[in-house]
Amino acid sequence: MDTRTQEFLEYVQSGGQVETGDWMPDEYRSKLVKFIEMHGNSELMGVLPERDWILRAPTLQRKLALTAKIQDEVGHAQLIYRVVEDLGKPRTACLDDLVSGKAKFHNVFHYPTRTWGDVGVIAWLVDAAAIVSQKALLKCSYAPYARIMKKICWEESFHILHGRDVILAMVTGTQEQFELVQEALDRWWEPLMHFHGNPIPADEDPMFVWRIKSQGNEEARQQFLDGYVPQIRELGLEIPDPALRKDEETARWLFTEPDWEKLRAVVTGNGPASAERLAFRRLSREDVAWVERVVLAEAA
Amino acid sequence: MIYEVFRQERKGQPFQHAGSLTAPNERFAEIYAREQYGRRQESVALWLVPREAVSEIDDFPDEFDLKYRRVDGYSIKTRLREARERAGTLASDESA
Repeated sequence: MDTRTQEFLEYVQSGGQVETGDWMPDEYRSKLVKFIEMHGNSELMGVLPERDWILRAPTLQRKLALTAKIQDEVGHAQLIYRVVEDLGKPRTACLDDLVSGKAKFHNVFHYPTRTWGDVGVIAWLVDAAAIVSQKALLKCSYAPYARIMKKICWEESFHILHGRDVILAMVTGTQEQFELVQEALDRWWEPLMHFHGNPIPADEDPMFVWRIKSQGNEEARQQFLDGYVPQIRELGLEIPDPALRKDEETARWLFTEPDWEKLRAVVTGNGPASAERLAFRRLSREDVAWVERVVLAEAA
Repeated sequence: MIYEVFRQERKGQPFQHAGSLTAPNERFAEIYAREQYGRRQESVALWLVPREAVSEIDDFPDEFDLKYRRVDGYSIKTRLREARERAGTLASDESA
């Protein structure tokens, strides 16, 4: 590693902040683009599982809340792609790579939603898992990204509350509704345990080394379990992992080791709903291409 | 065109940089700013500034270390003690 890069590394590792116009090592820039682009892709793809349910939501209030949540997710994608553009990758290139399957997005958005129970579980627990990561990103060494994370975290807090409200309505409803939630939880537990990524030690994770992430994957997962296992259990729901328990001595959660190969397969486009979702994205992009052409022509 | 967006949290607060947006012209910039930075009435005001209109200064040389212009350029402890001694106003815990 050359001196300048070494100095930069020490700078970010001691809390230094980097702005768009600053010199940065090529490796830092490319890791940053990859990470932030994946986040933007995830916000955009995250819309699709929920969008399916706007017309099927049980009440008008839920329809409105879902629509507002989706509006936020798209808005987040716009803010995030803007940050990626300033790092040198235009958003058309990001969208090209997304629909071609070249770029990744979070595992959870590769799964289908089967019932209204899924909608509640996603809005509550998937968003909760995301906010654990996003809070850590407030300390990202790349300042423009850290700054938009503030707005994103603020808006995510309504999403989680909405999700929890949906779940609470069902677990205090009929037995059938309760079972809908339990069944959804049974299916979503594995993707949730996968969400924060494999337990690579933080100092071997380039994203942590460059302080793009400010905590390791396992740290994030432990925080998620700390916060949400009690909340899940207090509703009388069962978590489908008999090995899940907190070791009092080490204060660490123990659980059945997730299948990390499966995670890799899912995020490389082999999830149960991956193909369908990317096809939809491709199609809607073609469908609305005329809007972009008209807007840009009109503005010229 | 890229526009920088500044937001004011409450009246009286400074405008702070919130991020940026791309828009083909001012009319679209306003629409996008309302959508991307004002969905939730989270600010009382937004400033939109074309990026090219922002000029940054980021170096402030201080070759002569002009400490006398700052608080840390003054150390009055010794002289203050002397003055108090002379005036007989030294506090009991200082006279040791």
